[in-house]
Amino acid sequence: MENKTLFDKIWDAHVVKSIPNGPDVFFIDKHFIHEVTSPVAFLGLESRGVPVLYPEKTIATPDHNVPTIDQDKTIKDKLSRMQVERLRENCQKYGIDLHDLGSDHHGIVHVIGPELGITQPGMTIVCGDSHTSTHGAFGTIAFGIGTSEVEMVFATQCIMQVKPKKMRITVDGELGKGVTSKDIILYIISKISASGGTGYFLEYAGSAIRNLSMEARMTICNMSIEMGARGGLIAPDETTFEYLKGKQYCPKGEDWDKAVAYWKTLKTDDGATFDLEYSYDAADIEPMITYGTNPGMGIKVRDMIPTTEGMEGSEKKSYLKSLEYMGFQPGEAMKGKKVDYVFVGSCTNGRIEDIRSVANFVKGKQKADNITAWIVPGSREVEKQAIEEGLVAILEEAGFKLRQPGCSACLAMNDDKIPSGKYAVSTSNRNFEGRQGPGSRTLLASPLTVAAVAITGTIADPRDVFEN
Amino acid sequence: MAYDKFNVLVSRVVPMSAENVDTDQIIPARFLKATERTGFGDNLFRDWRYDSEGNPKPDFVLNDPTYSGKILLAGKNFGSGSSREHAVWALYDYGFRCVVSSFFADIFKNNCLNIGVLPVTVTADFADEMFAEVEKDPSSEVKVDIDAQTITILSTGRSETFDINAYKKENMKNGFDDIDYLLNLKEEIGKFAEKA
Repeated sequence: MENKTLFDKIWDAHVVKSIPNGPDVFFIDKHFIHEVTSPVAFLGLESRGVPVLYPEKTIATPDHNVPTIDQDKTIKDKLSRMQVERLRENCQKYGIDLHDLGSDHHGIVHVIGPELGITQPGMTIVCGDSHTSTHGAFGTIAFGIGTSEVEMVFATQCIMQVKPKKMRITVDGELGKGVTSKDIILYIISKISASGGTGYFLEYAGSAIRNLSMEARMTICNMSIEMGARGGLIAPDETTFEYLKGKQYCPKGEDWDKAVAYWKTLKTDDGATFDLEYSYDAADIEPMITYGTNPGMGIKVRDMIPTTEGMEGSEKKSYLKSLEYMGFQPGEAMKGKKVDYVFVGSCTNGRIEDIRSVANFVKGKQKADNITAWIVPGSREVEKQAIEEGLVAILEEAGFKLRQPGCSACLAMNDDKIPSGKYAVSTSNRNFEGRQGPGSRTLLASPLTVAAVAITGTIADPRDVFEN
Repeated sequence: MAYDKFNVLVSRVVPMSAENVDTDQIIPARFLKATERTGFGDNLFRDWRYDSEGNPKPDFVLNDPTYSGKILLAGKNFGSGSSREHAVWALYDYGFRCVVSSFFADIFKNNCLNIGVLPVTVTADFADEMFAEVEKDPSSEVKVDIDAQTITILSTGRSETFDINAYKKENMKNGFDDIDYLLNLKEEIGKFAEKA
């Protein structure tokens, strides 16, 4: 038998039909939907007069557009309210499982899927959201799709996909103190660039990846799209099984044993080949931060912003335009720059471990006066746990404002907007122009670095703050 | 959703050389609140096109009457970031039927092909020549022939072939979408689902 990568194994098991010189008809095991990218797909179904083929394979939650205060009240913004109401109507009409606002398992779709055990190794998972790649942490092929494809999944449980090429990224060795999985992924993107993964599906491997918790693995897979890759996965192992065991949607008893036996086969065979490979040493990775307007523009917090040396033409023009937007100069140091906001949350870093790491860091300290600090749990479950563990009390004591679950200021569709010209150091995934509100300036970093920024009021390396 | 058939397009070109243009620039998130697929063209490139008071920014290419056409000539890595199909709806609604770049983001390219905007990937050198020609003469035209899979700069006669898979090519030529195809496979899909 030929040696296969993990990606090949899962992909090939989901091809209903291959079209010669065309895409594969690709079967989807789980489909997540939210209020923003689903309404037009439902309209499409209606106009064709076709039902949802397998409603039990779709799970819904409103997350992108929901307010993060007063979630028990009627949504004030008319258009947001209409989207959420439309999602409710559609779920009811088509018999789709909805984790609604205010319910026990409401939250960001990529947080609740794993939390409920809906996400399981070997599955194919799609959602009309590019950060669907998050679920790859469980050894799934998971990626974002457009609304036309959402409609395809509703109608036929399939989409048409050309099989991507394969890339493996190996990170071996021990991470230093104060270095987290967010730093690993920001480091990788800074090396490969915001477009270097385009056309590929990634597998993350190596001892530094193996040693990560599921939450930390999700942070890495989440940002696969930020280098242009459709998704990235990590082979399931004991850490994965341990995380999933007992989760609501996971198999139980004998079925569980059977599932685990199958999941254990889900790994890349020795001798399987990739189209492209990169290897990094964990010891080279330090706390990272972005300084520009795409996630590839990242450096070590203690480094200088790159100069334009060696750049020319439209590359140089685009680079300078990006720095101008950020209000930065080439060659400047990042450390010590004044910051206005910190945001802890999103499908990248809105999980309990992230909130724990911020709380542990700020315990007994006060946020700087110039900082507005928002902390937005990824789900109701995370919120509940954070309260039970006493983390919320610590954070509020330190001057952080706790909000209710949702995508919030990561994309600022709701009222959680960073004002024009202000600097926000965020645990989210995109530093695009205006991403966190028109004119906002976003710097991406780990929860730990964000905590250090909150305390000092300026861009800071968490290791320096530890020492003090 | 059905869309206009695409066969041969001869059009002027709107040049936008910025690299890494993400879908948040093409259509900012705050304009994704609609529950229907109409009117997105008004907010295409919203924050580059209008100031915070809603006045057109004169230096932005879409506000420059010198340039017009159904072909958008874009910089490298166009359409990165979010999977929002709204970005392509906005381009289509505005009147673009073809986007040319030396490098496209994956999901964006897929979304284009699904709603009838043809993404044409050219070599960096060819893109440079297109930029140079449209700068020299904004009324110069480019011809895109999907059947021949060629793109030609009419003023210089330079031509290049581009890739598109045979299945998508037929769809674009006929204005078909994938759902028409998939719905015909329902039986096969049903059998597959039982087995899975």
